[in-house]
Amino acid sequence: MTPRIREMRYSLYLMRKSALALVGLAMVIFVIIVALAAPYLATPPNPREPMTIPKDFAQPKPPGAEGHIMGTGTYGSDIYYGVVWGARTSIYVALFVVLVAAIIGIVLGAVAGYYGGWIDEMLMRITDIFLALPALILAMAIVAILPRSPDPMKSLENIMLALTLVWWPPYARLIRGQVLSIRENVYVEAAKAVGATRSRILFRHIVPNSLAPMLVQITMDIGVVVLVAAGLSFIGFGVPPGSAEWGRMVSDGHNYFIGTVYYQGVAYNPWWIWVFPGLFIFIFVMGFNLLGDGLRDILDPRLRR
Amino acid sequence: MRMSTYIVRRLLLLIPVLLGVSIFVFSLIQIGGDPAGAYITERMTEVQIAEIYEKYHFNEPAYVQYFYWLAGIIQGDWGLSKSEREMPVTEVIANKFPATFELAMVSIIIAFFAGIALGTVSAVRKDKPIDHATRLLALAGVCLPIFILALILQYVFYYSLDLFPSGGRYDEILYINSGGFTQYTGFYLIDTAVSGNWVMFQDVAWHLILPALCLSFGTLAIITRIMRSSMLEVLSQDYIRTAKSKGLPKKTVINKHARRNALIPTTTVIGLAFGGLLAGAVLTETIFYWPGLGKWSTDAIVSLDQASIMGFVLLTAIIFVLANLVVDLMYAALDPRVRLG
Repeated sequence: MTPRIREMRYSLYLMRKSALALVGLAMVIFVIIVALAAPYLATPPNPREPMTIPKDFAQPKPPGAEGHIMGTGTYGSDIYYGVVWGARTSIYVALFVVLVAAIIGIVLGAVAGYYGGWIDEMLMRITDIFLALPALILAMAIVAILPRSPDPMKSLENIMLALTLVWWPPYARLIRGQVLSIRENVYVEAAKAVGATRSRILFRHIVPNSLAPMLVQITMDIGVVVLVAAGLSFIGFGVPPGSAEWGRMVSDGHNYFIGTVYYQGVAYNPWWIWVFPGLFIFIFVMGFNLLGDGLRDILDPRLRR
Repeated sequence: MRMSTYIVRRLLLLIPVLLGVSIFVFSLIQIGGDPAGAYITERMTEVQIAEIYEKYHFNEPAYVQYFYWLAGIIQGDWGLSKSEREMPVTEVIANKFPATFELAMVSIIIAFFAGIALGTVSAVRKDKPIDHATRLLALAGVCLPIFILALILQYVFYYSLDLFPSGGRYDEILYINSGGFTQYTGFYLIDTAVSGNWVMFQDVAWHLILPALCLSFGTLAIITRIMRSSMLEVLSQDYIRTAKSKGLPKKTVINKHARRNALIPTTTVIGLAFGGLLAGAVLTETIFYWPGLGKWSTDAIVSLDQASIMGFVLLTAIIFVLANLVVDLMYAALDPRVRLG
């Protein structure tokens, strides 16, 4: 058995021992399955616009009424459909933002850390600016100048662009710090001695060894991105009403918050409009947070043995 | 290095960051459309509009405009706020700042004291039920979106139990009936107390509780986590064993020896938490109709009021950077081991 496989097996063993990490993993897998199976769980009436929730233009109906297992919301939009397709929206946004930001951050951070000099100085000053503002507010400022569109996909792209711009600086800093410490290792010296080029040393020897803390950060950030994106949607940036996006759906529920709806002569407070999408945001964020925590314990060599 | 030299150095280091933020905001304004929009109102004539272009140098190249714009910012000309009846942005900020600051301060106080208490208990009773409950609470604080927490609080305490008001800073009918109070500072807790209007003081405090709880929850979670882990670290130190073995009561060891040292790392988090509070205030104030900066910024978004949004961003950056500076200084003052450099 090669050492690499043995290490992986050991990691899996450590993972199994941590109950909370397993709970997190289960939550993550649940959301991913819902997102992947969305076309089967809730068939879109118009396959070209799956983001738009089908509605019957009636008053909100409580869960269970007329085949709407989670009830209906504004203009009679089906909450179950929105929650299922919202999983897809969230994963799509979160993965895009985190992965693109990570690639930008890794390349810029590694180059800055390895070559130093004015490149490093300039990059650090730019990240200083970005880190002087909370992510939500920075993203607000960027989305504010982008043109708005009634098309859900277009407005989603605005949010994704803004969040990617906001998200790369911490990654660049993280990788830079890693590169600075790893480049002092003996094996880097050895690679230099056998005549490897500078870019080969950087991207084949240093960067792969600096990725462990990145992996933890990325896992946790997938949840945080969804949190911030939902916040942006909630305050009115982002997708139009009636789109399958959790933050937007909670916001729709807020409009009905203390109101009363009547269904078959019975009065209801429509709590279901915001509780179900809210619950899914919570599961999503919690899942990735727990998984990230577990990964940190597994990947940290000081805690490992 | 002496403390005064350190402070001056840190203040000088702020300048490039704030300049960078200003360049960033200026670029956003440039990309976002004609910057003259921030000064032009619907009632202006062609001649007046031309005068605006002349006055603010909007005909010049971008880099020249930047310096005029920056000079304006430094002199307090931040444009006009469309969402606030064309009032100057700086005036709106001055009017709304106390509301947000009062809310943020009460939240920080709640988060700080509750967080330290929970973190300490959790560390002292590690792996006991109370530790698990506290850790669960801290986890929820990190994962639960603040706007959903706000909705839950409103649903339970306003809609279902009717214990607290749904939003706003005070009851307007009560304000008239009780004779009102003079707004000396804009901090209503202080204003009502100074005016001697205790009925209103109670009402203002009553209105503060739900939004403050909501806003404090995320910070509370972070402080609890940090406090717990630094307390655990301190408790394993030799001097704690010494204190225990010389027969000091457990209470004295925890309160005097352990907690004081565990507090040092916790204070640094508060600076970072301040930025989180400002972001949280945007959502909290919107839901609780709290007439502060956060509510203003979301109103500005709805009415496409760019000058206000950019003003808010600039202000947040200044507050955030200054808060971090204050915390660094506190850290240096609290921990004699920290070398200034």
